[in-house]
Amino acid sequence: MAEQDWKQQKRPFAAVSTLPLLWTLLFFLLPMGFVWFYSFGRNAGLTEIDIVGTLDNYKRATEWLYLGIFLKSLAVAALVTLICLIVGFPVAMAITFVSEKWRPWLLLGIMLPFWTNLLIRTYALMIVLGQQGYANQGLEALWSGASWLKTLIGLQPLSTWEPAPLLYNNFAVVLGLVYVHLPFMVLPLYSALDRLDKSLIEASLDLGAGHFRTLMKIIVPLAAPGIIAGVMITLIPALGAYLTPDLMGGTDSQMIANVIERQFKRANDWPFGAALSFLLIYAMFILIAMQGLRKKPGGDAR
Amino acid sequence: MTQNSDPIIQIRGVTKNYGKVTAVDNVSLDIRAGEFFVLLGPSGCGKTTLLRMIAGFEVPTEGQIWIDGQDMSRVPPNKRPVNMVFQSYAVFPHMSVADNVAYGMKIAGVDRAEREERVRAALDLVKLGGFDARMPDQMSGGQRQRVALARSLVMRPKVLLLDEPLSALDAKLRAQMQFELSDLQDQVGITFVTVTHDQDEALSMASRVAVINKGEVSQLATPSDLYEYPANRFVADFVGSVNIFEGKLTVDEKDKAVVDCPQIGKIYMDHGVTGPHEGAVWAAIRPEKITLHKPGLGKAVAAAAKDAPEGHNFARGTIKGMSYLGDITLFEIALESGAIMRVSRPNLSRTDQEDFTWDDKVSMHWNSASPVVLLG
Amino acid sequence: MAFFKRTAHAPLEYSKSLWMRGWVALVMLFLYIPLFVLMAFSFNDSKRNVVWRGFTTKYYGIAWENAQLWDAMMNSLTIAFFATIFSLIIGSMAAVMLWRFRFPFKSAVDGTMSLPIIVPEICLGVAFLVFFSWIGWPSGLVWPINLGAIIIAHITFCFPFVTMVVRARLASFNREQEEAAKDLGASEWQAFRDVLVPHIKPALVSGALLAFTLSLDDFVITFFTSTPGTDTFPVLVYSLVKRGVTPDVNAASTILILLTVLLTAVALKLQGAKALADTH
Repeated sequence: MAEQDWKQQKRPFAAVSTLPLLWTLLFFLLPMGFVWFYSFGRNAGLTEIDIVGTLDNYKRATEWLYLGIFLKSLAVAALVTLICLIVGFPVAMAITFVSEKWRPWLLLGIMLPFWTNLLIRTYALMIVLGQQGYANQGLEALWSGASWLKTLIGLQPLSTWEPAPLLYNNFAVVLGLVYVHLPFMVLPLYSALDRLDKSLIEASLDLGAGHFRTLMKIIVPLAAPGIIAGVMITLIPALGAYLTPDLMGGTDSQMIANVIERQFKRANDWPFGAALSFLLIYAMFILIAMQGLRKKPGGDAR
Repeated sequence: MTQNSDPIIQIRGVTKNYGKVTAVDNVSLDIRAGEFFVLLGPSGCGKTTLLRMIAGFEVPTEGQIWIDGQDMSRVPPNKRPVNMVFQSYAVFPHMSVADNVAYGMKIAGVDRAEREERVRAALDLVKLGGFDARMPDQMSGGQRQRVALARSLVMRPKVLLLDEPLSALDAKLRAQMQFELSDLQDQVGITFVTVTHDQDEALSMASRVAVINKGEVSQLATPSDLYEYPANRFVADFVGSVNIFEGKLTVDEKDKAVVDCPQIGKIYMDHGVTGPHEGAVWAAIRPEKITLHKPGLGKAVAAAAKDAPEGHNFARGTIKGMSYLGDITLFEIALESGAIMRVSRPNLSRTDQEDFTWDDKVSMHWNSASPVVLLG
Repeated sequence: MAFFKRTAHAPLEYSKSLWMRGWVALVMLFLYIPLFVLMAFSFNDSKRNVVWRGFTTKYYGIAWENAQLWDAMMNSLTIAFFATIFSLIIGSMAAVMLWRFRFPFKSAVDGTMSLPIIVPEICLGVAFLVFFSWIGWPSGLVWPINLGAIIIAHITFCFPFVTMVVRARLASFNREQEEAAKDLGASEWQAFRDVLVPHIKPALVSGALLAFTLSLDDFVITFFTSTPGTDTFPVLVYSLVKRGVTPDVNAASTILILLTVLLTAVALKLQGAKALADTH
């Protein structure tokens, strides 16, 4: 594609570039810049903040308490991503290889939740997971069934059913994040698998490989760009998740975004919140840079 | 060609339906060990589906496929003693040439030393010696095809399946590969089953050809029989170029037959018609089997040849189109009935092309051994 | 049921294997049961989302009368409307700029413009909170001007998505088409209007849908930029979930879900499922 030098077409260039550049500068870089400066500041009075160039905020942010929350957020996000990948991959495979007649319906089935309001979805999941929700009722039915089976073979029945705490704990946060992010994982996986030349899979089978071997040696390496895209698209928002841990988590399941929110809305320690924000952004950059590194040695693998 | 009569593949009443569409319709045929077998047909005729059923990628709706005396109904593709060269070649893009060729042997558990030896031999066989470390995206289409060939041959399959092996190559390379494939087949002695829509390819490489039309076997014959004794109008028309005229069989004896065609006249041939027939039949004559004459001369030549009764195997017309192809010139001649006759004429000397031109009145003649009668 | 019928299948018909079907069915159940339960409870004749006490549609009436709900819905839709229009304009301009021209610091500009996609919502929300309080954005303005801050914030995180979608589409544009138009006498502007714009039209449609949904969906950034009187639907639901949901919110949510289904169906009609999946 032949790009044109902006100097040769100054007027058209100005026509399309002024607004986006100005907007980005004014309403993105400037606000982010404020936060960045604040992260080197200090609270002076209720609303005043002095930019004194101190690193205290960053020092405090790397204390064990906050570092722990950071690492925990990362662990939760990684776990969520892994579950989404394991759950989502077969679904993406099924969509790829299903008949033309069914494919749009399966895609629709995955996409509808994606387009449905996040808050409504989270709230809906909370109804199901509540103390007397259907998930607990289902478990209770299973429990009493198992109990009945035990008495049938002459054993002591199980103890009486205690509603399982499915909400307001770490389990709920992971489940909620998986629920929210699963479509994000499936769609790029499907995109990648769909682009794969099906005869490569057939060639592998033809040469004697079984389905599992074909999956590991042919499908996964060739779908790697899509898998990485799916991982990134799940990992990054999961790491910065605010809503799910806030609504579904317990007192011990706050993630880094909840800590940041608290600095700004309740603790009113903006400089410290700003420092945490930027640490989170740097973490994202590192993740993305790692993806970029992985690409280079395999650059000829496409 | 090392050929014996044991069938290596037996296809028994195989049908494949996709919903309401029948892709392959009750096909039965035997493929003999060591032969170069070609499935020829227009696109969408079901030939590729048939090949894929042999490989195990499609499941027949009805019927069985036996390979080397074993029913393949419950055998998945990775357990079948056949290997396939795909139309897109399907060379694994993330593996080097050597890794591609060694892939199947690794799975089969062939030890390293033997593997390396066989990879080298296979690459030498397809003239890719020294390309081991190359990645597929650094190779041309023709080279990738050789990798695919080597990858399959190295497995020493009982049968090698090739899906449109030459369709993605340019014309020159295609001609070269036709010879090389035949050569290769001779060297390794493996049965080759090839699918193609290209009649030249089929005629030049095959020991036997099955012409497939609408999911059925239209004719199964050697290349020359296919061309000279087509079984029906579809085969006559699909393999090579042909003039077909509808007519009535007026004489049918052991050593002669006459078809009376309203469009061209009486066609006499030196053999009787075998097989049942009623109503209309068709006479077919290939363009190269007709000779052109200046007006008035044809009848005399026909009479002089004395192999047909007076007034048979002779026609008059006007040249309506011609295309000069170098070695031959093709003529389209409007007969008095308005029907079009195609005639090709070899340019035996440099001035031959000047003999006839547009709007010339001409007469035509052919021998009684040239036409065939088609019943279907 | 044909779904679980066991037939011999070709090796690549993975979707015909039983465990694969079971897996997909379970995933679909996981995704949809909560939504169906929510919708069912909107017809439940009880104040609490716990036990089924009989069918009623009265909460739809109550939701209809609920001024707070109406305000929040109107706010959400207004914000989404303006955010979509401006994102579409700015996003396509940026896409054309990045596709068409070569200019200094291009890769830096390119990277910066896609940053809002990558930067966590919470950080962007915090940044807007700081920004608007620093410039002293006035609160208590007349509707809909009081939504200005939120609209600005939404445009900022929506337009890079439009840019991404439009740019992907532009990449498949054959420049010879434009040259052909000029060869036939079109001016620069006419060629742009008659050839390029029709080519990117599908991307504009999916970009608009994406921006609209993202804006309607957003909670975190709105949460940080909202002032009294500018609560959007998600912000309202959030505060209700914290305090205790009334069944009329179920009714409103059900309507929003059905609206989403309708919008997705329209998008599918316009684009086809595959094209829609590829934009994500």
